[in-house]
Amino acid sequence: MASSDVWILGIHMTKFGKHPDQDIVDLAAEAAQAALADGGVTMKDIGVLAAGNLMNASAGLGQQLQKQIGQTGIPVYNVANACATGATALRTAIMAVKAGECDLGLAVGAEKLSGAGLLAGGSRAADDSGRGWTPSGRYGAVAGLDGRVGTETMPGVFAQVGMEYGHRYGGVSFGLFARIAEKNHAHSTLNPLATYTRKMTLEEIMNDVMIAYPNTRSMCSANCDGAAAAVVVSDARLRTLDPDQRRRAVKVAASVLTTDPWQEACQVLPDVNTLTRNAATTAYEQAGVSPEDLDLVELHDCFATAELVHYDNLMLCKEGNAADFFASGATWRDGSMPVNVSGGLESKGHPIAATGIANIWEVCHHLRGEAGPRQIDGAKVGLAHVIGLGSACGLHILEKAAA
Amino acid sequence: MTAASGQVPLVDYLVLGPAPHLEASQCTECGARFFNRRNACASCSGTSFARVPVATEGEVRSFTIVSRAAPGIPVPFVPAVVDCDGTSVRTNLVNVEPDPDHVSLGMKVRLTTFPIGTDSNGVEAIGFGFEPQEGP
Repeated sequence: MASSDVWILGIHMTKFGKHPDQDIVDLAAEAAQAALADGGVTMKDIGVLAAGNLMNASAGLGQQLQKQIGQTGIPVYNVANACATGATALRTAIMAVKAGECDLGLAVGAEKLSGAGLLAGGSRAADDSGRGWTPSGRYGAVAGLDGRVGTETMPGVFAQVGMEYGHRYGGVSFGLFARIAEKNHAHSTLNPLATYTRKMTLEEIMNDVMIAYPNTRSMCSANCDGAAAAVVVSDARLRTLDPDQRRRAVKVAASVLTTDPWQEACQVLPDVNTLTRNAATTAYEQAGVSPEDLDLVELHDCFATAELVHYDNLMLCKEGNAADFFASGATWRDGSMPVNVSGGLESKGHPIAATGIANIWEVCHHLRGEAGPRQIDGAKVGLAHVIGLGSACGLHILEKAAA
Repeated sequence: MTAASGQVPLVDYLVLGPAPHLEASQCTECGARFFNRRNACASCSGTSFARVPVATEGEVRSFTIVSRAAPGIPVPFVPAVVDCDGTSVRTNLVNVEPDPDHVSLGMKVRLTTFPIGTDSNGVEAIGFGFEPQEGP
């Protein structure tokens, strides 16, 4: 008998990096068509399309994509949810299928970000333009606040997130954070779709250009172009498909989206911890698994300082123990809890809206046993996590299971 | 406004005068504190607020040293979160060398104010930061 489970039927990510000859619709189309082919279905089978793009969110990527690959009249949801945009698109398609509105959904995330430079910051010019100081905005500010009252740029915000963890629990250092980047860059050498695939020594990472202490350039996620797409299917429809499609289908054991509940200081420095912990708690419960059951984790290492705190938030280690947990070697690909075997955002790259589907692709690749040289042997359960500042946390647990 | 004429604070939650300090909007229902203009309380959705002074001394709970910023923003600078007797404040650390040998987690700091510029009417804008309680 069919259950209410939803499955990933087909999935694809493009090569991440510079794609000067492809516009955003080309990238989205490449990912979508390949995901459809991977699932053995066509646009005619799809009942809902969720399209994610952050930097040009008002452009209506979904309809632009339909005009290139198939205008079938289905509902389109164009979504933007900071760095959780891709996960939000996927979850939108999952919800439509779960609600019984259709049996097959397509989620796409695409971004053109090569050469974008620092994200956020400098939100207002710091001059009085001859009018005299005039308070404006919600702080009644007479001049730009970026650089005068803290920083608005992402490397500095996430640097403080990591340092705050150090203040609370101890054990962090520039060297520790740099070793997290060393791991992810080492992992990337096995991922031909990553933007950067070169192993970097600890010395190279620590001596790289400092962006916001303790994050050097190679400890920051790489701005790049890319897209990813996934086809989701209801349990009932999957049962009617051929044996090969059923064999390769990956079960969505949990799909969760959270925002940050109010905490003291959360409007002073974004609290990326509470909403991740809440999402993880809900997801483990939905999936009926515990952290020890995970064979691999793709988590949101937008900066090396962020990866550390999410070991704790996702309960991969004991509370307060993230530094020791990392130092034990657990999160290297041959460790007990491989984290970011794709190379993570620091080397794979972070085309924002694509990220939250690309990490699902990575996990599915291992669960299907198709990850080639970087395969985590015998992987059965994996977790994919993204966080968008503001904040939104998208979390999925995927399971190899027979339909 | 208690500021001397000819001065304006960088932000409306900075109170100038003989004893400069920051002022928060405190929810009268649940006590949550905010620094920006409110529609309601993010913690309990209450709509009544009182202005309360924030302690001018505190402890560095987190910091970074920004070396690369948006165009036109001078670097390096030292953003930090300072715990002022239970109220977290976003600030820059000032009057300290911007390097990890001179800035540390848990460092004791205090509020200080300084001019950031004068407009075409001769009015001076006054900014704030936190400086080490003990000299170098």
